[in-house]
Amino acid sequence: MKTLNSLLTHISYGVFAVCAGLSFAAAPAQAEDPQEVNLYSYRQPFLIQPMLDAFTKQSGIKVNTVFADKGMLEKIRAAGANNPADAVLTVDIGRLNELKEAGLLQSVTSPTLSANIPAHLRHPDGLWFGLTVRARMVLTSKERVAEGAIASLQDLADPKLGKSICIRSGKHAYNIALIASVIAHEGEAGAETWLRGLKANLARKPQGNDRAQAKGIYEGVCDIALTNNYYMGYMATNDKQPEQKDWANAVRVVFLDQNGRGQHVNVSGAAVTSTAKNRDNAVKLLEFLSGDLAQGMYAAQNHEYPVKSGVEWSAMVKSWGTFKIDNLALEEIAKNRKAASKLVDKVGFNDGPNS
Amino acid sequence: MDRPFWARPGPRSFLRVDFWTLGVLIIALLIAIPLFAVLTLALSPSDDIWQHLLDTVLAKYVWTTLSLMLGVGIGTTVIGTATAWLVTMCRFPGRGLFNWALLLPLAVPAYVLAFVVTDQLEYAGTVQTTLRMLFNWESRQDYWFPEIRSLPGAITVMTLVLYPYVYLLARAAFMEQSICVLDVSRTLGNGPWKSFFKVALPLARPAIVIGVTLALMEALNDLGTVEFFAVNTFTSGIYDVWLNMNSRSGAAQLASVLLIFVLTLIALERAARRGQRYHHTSGKYSALPSYRLHGMKALVAFLACAVPLGFGFLLPAGVLLSYSLNFYQETLAANYFQYVANSLTLSSIAAIGSVLIGLFMAYGVRLNGSAIVRMATRFASIGYAVPGAVLAIGIIIPLGAFDNAVDAFLQRTLGISSGLFISGTIVAVIYGYTARFLALSYGTLEASLGKITPSMDGAARTLGQGPGATLRRVHLPLVRGSLLTAGLLVFVDCMKELPLTLILRPFNYDTLSTFVFQYASNEQLEHSALGALTIVAAGIIPVVLLSWGIIQSRPGQDRNGRVEVNK
Repeated sequence: MKTLNSLLTHISYGVFAVCAGLSFAAAPAQAEDPQEVNLYSYRQPFLIQPMLDAFTKQSGIKVNTVFADKGMLEKIRAAGANNPADAVLTVDIGRLNELKEAGLLQSVTSPTLSANIPAHLRHPDGLWFGLTVRARMVLTSKERVAEGAIASLQDLADPKLGKSICIRSGKHAYNIALIASVIAHEGEAGAETWLRGLKANLARKPQGNDRAQAKGIYEGVCDIALTNNYYMGYMATNDKQPEQKDWANAVRVVFLDQNGRGQHVNVSGAAVTSTAKNRDNAVKLLEFLSGDLAQGMYAAQNHEYPVKSGVEWSAMVKSWGTFKIDNLALEEIAKNRKAASKLVDKVGFNDGPNS
Repeated sequence: MDRPFWARPGPRSFLRVDFWTLGVLIIALLIAIPLFAVLTLALSPSDDIWQHLLDTVLAKYVWTTLSLMLGVGIGTTVIGTATAWLVTMCRFPGRGLFNWALLLPLAVPAYVLAFVVTDQLEYAGTVQTTLRMLFNWESRQDYWFPEIRSLPGAITVMTLVLYPYVYLLARAAFMEQSICVLDVSRTLGNGPWKSFFKVALPLARPAIVIGVTLALMEALNDLGTVEFFAVNTFTSGIYDVWLNMNSRSGAAQLASVLLIFVLTLIALERAARRGQRYHHTSGKYSALPSYRLHGMKALVAFLACAVPLGFGFLLPAGVLLSYSLNFYQETLAANYFQYVANSLTLSSIAAIGSVLIGLFMAYGVRLNGSAIVRMATRFASIGYAVPGAVLAIGIIIPLGAFDNAVDAFLQRTLGISSGLFISGTIVAVIYGYTARFLALSYGTLEASLGKITPSMDGAARTLGQGPGATLRRVHLPLVRGSLLTAGLLVFVDCMKELPLTLILRPFNYDTLSTFVFQYASNEQLEHSALGALTIVAAGIIPVVLLSWGIIQSRPGQDRNGRVEVNK
């Protein structure tokens, strides 16, 4: 027993020694080194790492990253003046606007960024920048839905449609943004009518991810689905899981509201924090990500729409053709997110069609 | 030998009490800081969030959450207790294997099982495809199949991965039961069933309750699994208010309600068995009797153990293995071995730390059972019920304040900057793990110490031993098995932990679970299947150790498992 006890004692000393040691050794990459930039990323590392590697190769600046899907804002705020993050990458406008509202971003003026990114896809004062555009489009069954039968968001709420639509949770950031855009265009009352109509047309309780909706059409659960464009790109070119190609082959891509306000889009974007220690490197990183090389990689590897004009789209994405974009200011979408989330609760959207 | 002052017997007894009480209170306070941070956050106004929730979804959230708890509670209790009793008291084919294998589902992250189950059971999955082939059904209109993404689906998956908590604690309790009470029961004419329900089960109640409490807290804090099954619980509501309605205070208020609810449940259960004692008054142990099962009974016992093991472990492990064969390159191309090392480092340190703290607190409570000490420990070990990311926010805020205060002080006095001293280091992650999983180690050790009769303490103290020496020389040898149990439970849970790790970790630092998550969150879990499989595999080794340790530690058995009768 003596041995166990002394073992425990040693272990406890060990633990404290290790903790103390680690807290120094693993201290966050702090500021001063001019050849670094620290990045908080809402984007999955495997999607963004190739671009970051290319940046390091070109500039010699090392990029340190942490990926998390929530809590970044709280982290930056709690660290105060000692915040280590120089830049943030997000997957939708909501998070960017939230950081802006919290006063955690700084204004960046860069001729390169202004030239690469169209004005409506960046903040007027350079507080945030869109890097890629993603369209939340409709997929329809090639077999069961006539071409042109669905042309607008309003068509999805048409009672004549019947229970035929598959969609992921109404609370997912992508759907919240879509609903927020409807609120911005048509007001809360109009959006509520629309959302109730959409709910009545659901084939099943909202569930799964965007891919699962295309699969739903393939399986015959539904005829119409909503998805972000790049999932369609992944599925159609998935050589390792050819069954996903079958899902993609079962559907037709439809851009909505081409005769009206245009297709709803969201952006993945980036911003520089107000307390950035490596501000210049952060700006260089953003400039690089908006440049030809990185934009081309976004397009080719991730099937997203590059913000920079003249950058070639992936073959798959190109095959869907060009489309008219809803030019609603992205901040209008961000502003209406809370109302959108409440609306989802109010109409009981996530309870599905039979409630 | 010189004892430290607090352990010395004699007139300074007030110091003795003070050390343990004070120690427990200070540690409890440190561990509870994140909870206080959440409660503080809850004090700021949250606009109209509550009115909105009351008008719309609150009732649904509460109802769904209670149903989930009821389902998981019943499921884990029945499976955990029944299998524990079978492998402890009965002999049937496969018992030796089940004895340790029944713990394996513990190593499977719930979201992985959720993914695998839906993948296999939905329309395009193996099960329905086979059915369609067998019966020549053409489409889904031709037959009925239960909705997989539903509340029953979520309950099933959670039950399958959480029953091992109950199994583990119930089995330990059954094994530690003195055979005398069972003998007495049999002498009084009770059959095996009656002995189980009238004697063994009530005696094991504290242990079973702790197991179920752990399972329920896990079910309450879960987001990944319920999201997967399209079930909207109270916790999904917390995240919605935080991330979509942009109200941190509203989310903190909801989380606080959750905390109060759990504390109330625990208090009610304690009140229900107030005045009862569960320690054994006899030190006599002999080989546990074994009911040899034959024929139909043996088959039923076999199936009762094989089904949870098969669905909770073999199925997910098998599917992950088949994905891994297809996708292992991607995992190996990443920094796979570094992730393994990081996961093991974090989990080991957190496990050892949690056991030491849990033991200290459980023993401190035993020495000084005052209401304030009990309340403090209970509160400190409740972090498990809080959704992980919310707890992480509760850690970030005070740590940031602390770091900035230290930095400001150093700049003022010495003119140097310490920057962020703890935030964004693995110390923060380990602190987070401890705050989250203390319930596992504390609960296990509290249950174990509770089975030691206080007359032991009395005897040791009469013989001139201080509280420290009594712990070392009397209690530690008796709870050796539970120390191991506690440590390994925390270890396995840390290996699977996600939300805290994601938010608290340093730059460029990935663990197996964060690596798996980046793919899982992009709807491509299969690409990181090898990572997920490694998490599961890393859980198997401790689980085997654990079983071996518990069998070895049963009083009355020597190292070779032989029984010393009537020592």
